[in-house]
Amino acid sequence: MSLDIWMRENPLSYIWIGSYAVAFLIFAIEIAMVVHKRKITLQQVRLMREADESEEG
Amino acid sequence: MKPRQKRFVYIVVALVAVGLAVALVLNALKDNVSLYFTPTQVYNKEAPEGRSFRIGGLVEEGSVKRENDGLTVNFVITDLHKSLPVVYKGILPDLFKEGKGVVAQGKMEADGLMHAEEVLAKHDENYMAPEAADALKKAEVANAAAASAPAASPAAE
Amino acid sequence: MAINWFKYSAPTTFYGLAGKLIPWFAISAAVLCMVGLYIGFVVAPADAQQGEFYRIIFIHVPSSILSMFLYLIMAAYAAMGLIFNTRLSSMMASAIAPTGALFAFISLWTGALWGKPMWGAWWVWDARLTSELILLFLYLGFISLHASIDDPRRADRAAALLAIVGSVNVPIIYFSVQWWNTLHQGSTIKFTGTSMHIAMQQAMFTMLVACWLYAITVTLMRVRSIILERERHTKWITELAEVKS
Repeated sequence: MSLDIWMRENPLSYIWIGSYAVAFLIFAIEIAMVVHKRKITLQQVRLMREADESEEG
Repeated sequence: MKPRQKRFVYIVVALVAVGLAVALVLNALKDNVSLYFTPTQVYNKEAPEGRSFRIGGLVEEGSVKRENDGLTVNFVITDLHKSLPVVYKGILPDLFKEGKGVVAQGKMEADGLMHAEEVLAKHDENYMAPEAADALKKAEVANAAAASAPAASPAAE
Repeated sequence: MAINWFKYSAPTTFYGLAGKLIPWFAISAAVLCMVGLYIGFVVAPADAQQGEFYRIIFIHVPSSILSMFLYLIMAAYAAMGLIFNTRLSSMMASAIAPTGALFAFISLWTGALWGKPMWGAWWVWDARLTSELILLFLYLGFISLHASIDDPRRADRAAALLAIVGSVNVPIIYFSVQWWNTLHQGSTIKFTGTSMHIAMQQAMFTMLVACWLYAITVTLMRVRSIILERERHTKWITELAEVKS
C-alpha cells in the first residue's frame, strides 16, 4: 500500500530504480560473465597446448 | 534426394505440423485464451453464470457515480452495443477514466449488477504529449459542433 | 571483387573478424544508449494519459522486440546447423540463447513494473503476457537441454529441434493482442505507420538500435569463447596469438 503511494509520488525514481537500474545491472552481469568465460576458456586452451608440447618434446 | 535436402523437408513438415496443431488447439480454446468477455457476449449468455469471470469494455461517459462512503463506485461497462452496470468497492487504477478501456472481474448477482472484486484499467496504444491530447479534444468538439450545426438550424427556423 | 561469404562462415575466419568488430559494436551501443536515454527522459514530453510512467517503454519495447527477433535468429541458425551440418551456425545459436533469455526477462520485469501503477496489477494471465513467459521458458529449455547432453554435436541437434518447434510461439506473441481480448494494448508501431509523438519515437528507435548492438556485442564475445572451447584440438587455435602468449 505504501509502495503504491510512493510510486505515484516519485514516478521517475520508480522507473529508474525499478526498471532501468535492473536492466543495466543485468547487462553488467552478462558482460562480466562473458568476459570471465573468455578468460577461463583461454586459460584452458593454453594449458592444453602446453601439455601437448611437453608430450611432443 | 541428398541427405541435407531430406533433413530440410523433415524440418519444414515438422514445423507445419506443429504450427497446425497449435493453431487448432488455440482455436478450440479461443474463449479461454481471451482475458475477458464483452457485454454483448454476456447478453448472449456466453459468459459463465454463477461464477466469477472478467468483463471488458469502455467505461460509459457520465456513468461513474461514487457513493458517500468514498470507496464504492458504480459505473457502466459498454462495448457500444450492449452495456452492463458494475459496482466496485476499492481503489481504482490511475488510468480508470470515463470513455477509456476497463476490465472488471466479478460475479453477476441477482440484482442485475456485476459485483466486481478487481478492476483493471486497459490503456490504448496512443502516446502523445498532453498539449497534443488537448488539441485533439478541441478539434473533436469543434467537429461535433460543425456536424450538429446544419442539423440544428432547420429546427431553429 | 565479390566477398566470399562462405569464407566468413568458417569458425577460423569468423573468430578473427568477430574480434575486430566487437569494440565497434560495443562503443556504438553505449553511445546510442546515452543518446536514447537523453531523448527519452529530457526531450520527450510526458504522456497525456500515463504521465511519467510511460517512459518504461524505452527499455520495455526494445527488450520485447529483441527477445522475439533473437529467438527467430537463434532458431534459424539452429536449423541451418541441423540441415547443412555447419559448425558455426550451431555455435551461434548457443551464443544467442542467454542474451535472448535476458531480454525476455527484462521485458517481463519492466512490463510488470509498468502494469502495477497503470493497470492495477503486476501480472495478468492474458495471452500476450503468458506467451512471452513461454518464450522465456523456451530459451531456458534450449539452454538446459544443450547443457544436459555431453556430446556437443548431439546437443546441437536436440536443442535445434526444440528451437525450431518453439518458433511457432513468436507469431503467437506478436498477434496475441489482435487475436484475443487482452489487457495488453495493441501495437503502437504498425506496418502502416505509428501514432506516437516524434521525440518518443526517436528515443524508442535509438534505444532499439542500441539494444541490437549490445546483443550483437555479447553474442560475438560469447561465440568466440565457444569456438575456442570446441575447436581447441585444432591446429589453428594453438597458433592463435592470444593462445601462444
